[in-house]
Amino acid sequence: MSTYYSEDHEWISVDGDVATVGITDYAQSQLGDVVYVELPETGKTLSKGDEAAVVESVKAASEVYAPVDGEVVEANAALVDEPAKVNEDPQGAAWFIKIKLSNASQLDDLMDEAGYKAYVDGL
Amino acid sequence: MASSDNDNLLETPLADLHRELGARMVPFAGYSMPVQYPSGILAEHNQTRNSAGLFDVSHMGQAFLVGPDHETTAKALEKLVPSEIQGLKHGRQRYTVLLNEEGGIIDDLMVSRSVSPDDDGRLFLVVNAARKDVDYEVIARSLPENVRLDVVEDRALIALQGPKAAEVMAAHAPKAGDLAFMGASSMEFDGIDCHVSRSGYTGEDGYEISVKAGAAEAIARALLADDRVKPIGLGARDSLRLEAGLCLYGHDLDETTSPVEGAITFVLQKRRREAGDFPGANRILSELAGGTKRIRVGLKLEGRAPAREGAEIRNAKGETVGTVTSGGFAPTVGAPIAMGYVTPEAAGIGTDLVLVVRGRELPAKVVDMPFVEQRYHRKPKS
Repeated sequence: MSTYYSEDHEWISVDGDVATVGITDYAQSQLGDVVYVELPETGKTLSKGDEAAVVESVKAASEVYAPVDGEVVEANAALVDEPAKVNEDPQGAAWFIKIKLSNASQLDDLMDEAGYKAYVDGL
Repeated sequence: MASSDNDNLLETPLADLHRELGARMVPFAGYSMPVQYPSGILAEHNQTRNSAGLFDVSHMGQAFLVGPDHETTAKALEKLVPSEIQGLKHGRQRYTVLLNEEGGIIDDLMVSRSVSPDDDGRLFLVVNAARKDVDYEVIARSLPENVRLDVVEDRALIALQGPKAAEVMAAHAPKAGDLAFMGASSMEFDGIDCHVSRSGYTGEDGYEISVKAGAAEAIARALLADDRVKPIGLGARDSLRLEAGLCLYGHDLDETTSPVEGAITFVLQKRRREAGDFPGANRILSELAGGTKRIRVGLKLEGRAPAREGAEIRNAKGETVGTVTSGGFAPTVGAPIAMGYVTPEAAGIGTDLVLVVRGRELPAKVVDMPFVEQRYHRKPKS
């Protein structure tokens, strides 16, 4: 299983042809206390860059964009009831969606952990 | 992401302390200000509701209007505001608005009259940071020759807010306990000369302390040394004031809104209303008598999704009836709330409306404000 990162502060963990997508610890720390999460319907087809989910903190609303093309096969409904999980375990239990990849070559455009760390350090 | 080390931003006298406390600094009204500390906005909000919070509001404008006697100075200010200033008693503060000729609100501000008869003829003003330049220009150009505007550049303003604020303050400034809500007085805080008012922007009991810039950090540190006090950033300041139903200038009030539309007609005292001797009186008096096309209301959303500024408000028939001007998740209410302007037909308490967020219609109801009970320390009526 490999994990990739996007410049929009998402992590993408790939197992076979399914990618689990969430937001990074850096993203949750910048957002602050998350109070609302809106997730896509299962079965929705997303293209890279589409709005996949919405996450709202006390301060503001932010979009989570699809980092790759694919079909939503599962959304983490637990986040809707407990949005604060996004702050507690962003890179674990608080994943947002699972996407069935339709174009795995797009993963090559993403960063690995070291690349993402350097990217965040440069912000 | 906003950068906090922008060279063009001003800093308050507490900037070093904020950084030491781990604040995230953001640009606000030309200043680098703490939006939150490491504990986060929700914790800071709850801290203020449950105990006490310390806010740096030194970015706000402080100024004195100085004339030969109270009547002269008060009359000069009354040319610009619809409130009773001549009748303001010693040691009392009042919320008012600067009006343009069309009756629109240039800014909302606090005015206080010194408790000491020796200072008579001086009124202390506190105005919004983002409106300082506009306000000072409007005021200065309207003054008679014997009244001047002294802008104060060398003072900090610190707010201590929350149900424990009075107990905390008592240890440093015993005279603060004598103040009732909207009372103001000079006093010493641990031997430091301050001007203290019992007021704030959270709906809680509390104080605002004006002090020379060089002594601000000593006061802030003395307050933070008390376990009941934690530092609070602008993020929680916004959620606290929203729950308290208080307007944020530039969002809930602007140069097009009148005090009647803004549902702050309490700024109009009887003598002024009867005399009609303030800017925009024609419009404001006719709105008082005949109503307005829009009015500010409180909205409580039924779901969990917040509606933010700019969201369209529709009635049950799907017609557009207004716009949200402030909104967000309200930690003490435990639900999203908003304020907005709607047509009078849609403004009745209990009216079912919908707020349009990302193309979806979120059900909401018009509710009374404040959303959270205000807990001011009011003087018993004598």
